Amino acid sequence: MDTKYAIEMKGITKRFGQVVANDSINLTIKRGEILALLGENGSGKTTLMNMLSGIYQPDEGEIYKDGKLIYIHSPREAYEHGIGMIHQHYKLIEVFTAAQNILLGLDEKMDIKGANLKVKEICERYGFDIEPTTKVYDMSVSQKQTVEIVKVLYRGAEILILDEPTAVLTPQETDTLFEVLRNMKKDGKAIVIITHKLNEVMEVSDKVAVLRKGEYIGTVETRNTNPQALTDMMVGHSVALNINRPLYENPHKKLVVENLTCVDEEGIKKLDNVSFIANTGEILGVAGISGSGQKELLEAIAGLYPVKNGSIRVVDDKDNETELVGKTPRKIREAGVGMAFVPEDRLGMGLVGSMGMTGNMLLRSWKNGKGAFLKKKEPENLANRVMEELEVVTPSIDFPVRRLSGGNVQKVLVGREISNEPSVLMTAYAVRGLDINTSYTIYNLLTEQKMKGAAVVYVGEDLDVLLELADRILVLCGGRVSGIVDARTTTKEEVGLMMTQIGEDVDE
Amino acid sequence: MTMIITLIAAAVTFGTVLMYGTLGEILTEKSGNLNLGVEGIMYMGGAFGLFGAFYYEKAAGAAASGPLAIIIAILSALMAGMAASLIYSFITVTLRANQNVTGLALSIFGTGIGQFVGEYMRVREGGYVALSNNLKNAFSATIFPDFMVKIPVVGQILFSHTVFFYLAVVLAIIMFLFLKKTKYGMYLTAVGESPAVSDAAGINITLYKYLATVIGGGISAIGGMVYIMTTAGCVWNHEGLSGVGWLAVALVIFCIWRPLNAIWGSVLFGAMMIMYLRVTIPFIPTEIYKILPYIVTVIVLIFTSMKNSRDKQPPASLGLNYFREER
Repeated sequence: MDTKYAIEMKGITKRFGQVVANDSINLTIKRGEILALLGENGSGKTTLMNMLSGIYQPDEGEIYKDGKLIYIHSPREAYEHGIGMIHQHYKLIEVFTAAQNILLGLDEKMDIKGANLKVKEICERYGFDIEPTTKVYDMSVSQKQTVEIVKVLYRGAEILILDEPTAVLTPQETDTLFEVLRNMKKDGKAIVIITHKLNEVMEVSDKVAVLRKGEYIGTVETRNTNPQALTDMMVGHSVALNINRPLYENPHKKLVVENLTCVDEEGIKKLDNVSFIANTGEILGVAGISGSGQKELLEAIAGLYPVKNGSIRVVDDKDNETELVGKTPRKIREAGVGMAFVPEDRLGMGLVGSMGMTGNMLLRSWKNGKGAFLKKKEPENLANRVMEELEVVTPSIDFPVRRLSGGNVQKVLVGREISNEPSVLMTAYAVRGLDINTSYTIYNLLTEQKMKGAAVVYVGEDLDVLLELADRILVLCGGRVSGIVDARTTTKEEVGLMMTQIGEDVDE
Repeated sequence: MTMIITLIAAAVTFGTVLMYGTLGEILTEKSGNLNLGVEGIMYMGGAFGLFGAFYYEKAAGAAASGPLAIIIAILSALMAGMAASLIYSFITVTLRANQNVTGLALSIFGTGIGQFVGEYMRVREGGYVALSNNLKNAFSATIFPDFMVKIPVVGQILFSHTVFFYLAVVLAIIMFLFLKKTKYGMYLTAVGESPAVSDAAGINITLYKYLATVIGGGISAIGGMVYIMTTAGCVWNHEGLSGVGWLAVALVIFCIWRPLNAIWGSVLFGAMMIMYLRVTIPFIPTEIYKILPYIVTVIVLIFTSMKNSRDKQPPASLGLNYFREER
């Protein structure tokens, strides 16, 4: 038994019903090292780490810590073994302060003052920036993440597992996080980050372990590999990583937004004087820290969010402009304006979870039918077409969409919206939670629509993708346009900087 | 002046009933369980409280002691409420059935059981169930000596109430300290806010939900007993008790889930409920007075949601069941 490993997992197998999530996986974690656990969605990364943090128990296999066989039955026991996990969805109580959250579940006597001091000390040691007495609901996303990390450190964890830690951070925040991770590495902690972002793997990790469909593929030294090789390991066959970005022949104005201002119920400006033009045959990317007004912008255009000031006009082929402000979503369509909208919360706003694909297709078209009875033939055909073309994996088109995996749900939603052949196609976070293969299917679909002459508005989180997919990028910051840049010439740093401050308008 | 003092005294009497119902439901809801069965639980508390005290007196005869009768009444109500809430907990926490449906069913079930026990006793005992005057006095007597009650104004307002009122105030303070100052209170709040987070922190969700709901139900049931034994004069009276449970649910919202607010909140609601007996304004039907508490609750709801202060919201997972493996 080699004792230089902090953690050694041997032959770990985990099944959920008939699905094998992890198939006899071997993994070793060392102190003073950052290990990236790489894999597509559904490849079992999180499941594997959940077994280390005590959320699941392995069906087969053994876990050794410092050479000793251990059994982890609960998160609490994981802490006792010095293993702490920072989940993708933060496990914090919003109405508690940072310190209260950190104390939650600890056996020691409740001593808020002492905890405050200890939290301060940890923050100074690793360079965190949080106040122990701030309530969580007053914190930014990255501060919440910091609380999670401090929580784990407070419990004396030596082995830290971070599940997709950068998914919600800006590039600048990501840099800060990586700095912290390096500090912790120097301090002798063992760190595992679960991710599917290759550039981050290359930047921060020492070693990369790759999983594919629940199987362990192998571990490589980061400095001896490259993104293409890792992708091949991850997907199992070669995948072209470049998004095809053709130029559209003769673009013209399609959607004109002028001085758009929206105010929410509390009187806070969600959109402040937003102006831009989206052209046919163009993907206009929208970048910004989450909550900068992306959702409100799309909803305002779709007629779902009240507009205080300004004008939204759709231009047809003969340069006739139609004003959309003040029209209901239905009127907007009746006015001959095709518009498709993939909401951020796909199961909440876009689909009815308990209905099958047919029923969900019907939601878009039932107004066309005459009489009181539903005509199912047409939506059925559409459902079949979407299932075939987008390779939706479902037992039948009447199977409740709620029980499909995230990627398949997204395909149903995007497929339905695209089937309308809209002239303006708006999507928000279309690839959130999707694996690389499905993401590229979606990118190709969007590009296809663009080449058919639609104006595509794409709200995205991953800047690397935005830079490759979009033709121009509109950057929002606090509800204001901090600039519109050409995606072909700009850099990630430039966009990242614009996301955090109001810059000069570059384009117009 | 005298009128105001008697109004306050009467408000406290009715408010005490509400205070138990409310405190119990606050404890329950803090765990994230929305138990809408309070109405039924209070019925059961009333019926079984009377049952306990009545048969105790029947067994002990003239030797029956007041304090012991009170303790037996409290325990009987407590047990009835706990049993009812145990059913609720089992159905919602263990079987994960819908909380609203279960609560409403419990309301119907509880009122039925209460009616049955009350009526059965009446029929079996020859048409009339009541305690002897001796015991009745024990239930409605104050715990303070005579000279304190006789202090002008203050005596009537502060020292003239039944033992149940002072117990309820002590209970409210204990609950406040428990929730704010102890580790276990913090854990309970955490469970009500987010069971998933608490679960990950190693807190036993099921245990907290069961304990809070069962103890909370027991406390609510005492309210029903207090109504029967004080306001109703130790006689089974289902009409007076109807609606009280719902009022308690409304009061929980009015108090924004804080036990200390329940003290003045229930007295205020008590005053609104008995106003039609004491302050009558011509041409205004008494029914108008009776809806006052509900109107006030709606207004409070509007204000708290307008201010949108995160500290004044219901427990975030209220009404939702927790299933660890659900995604």
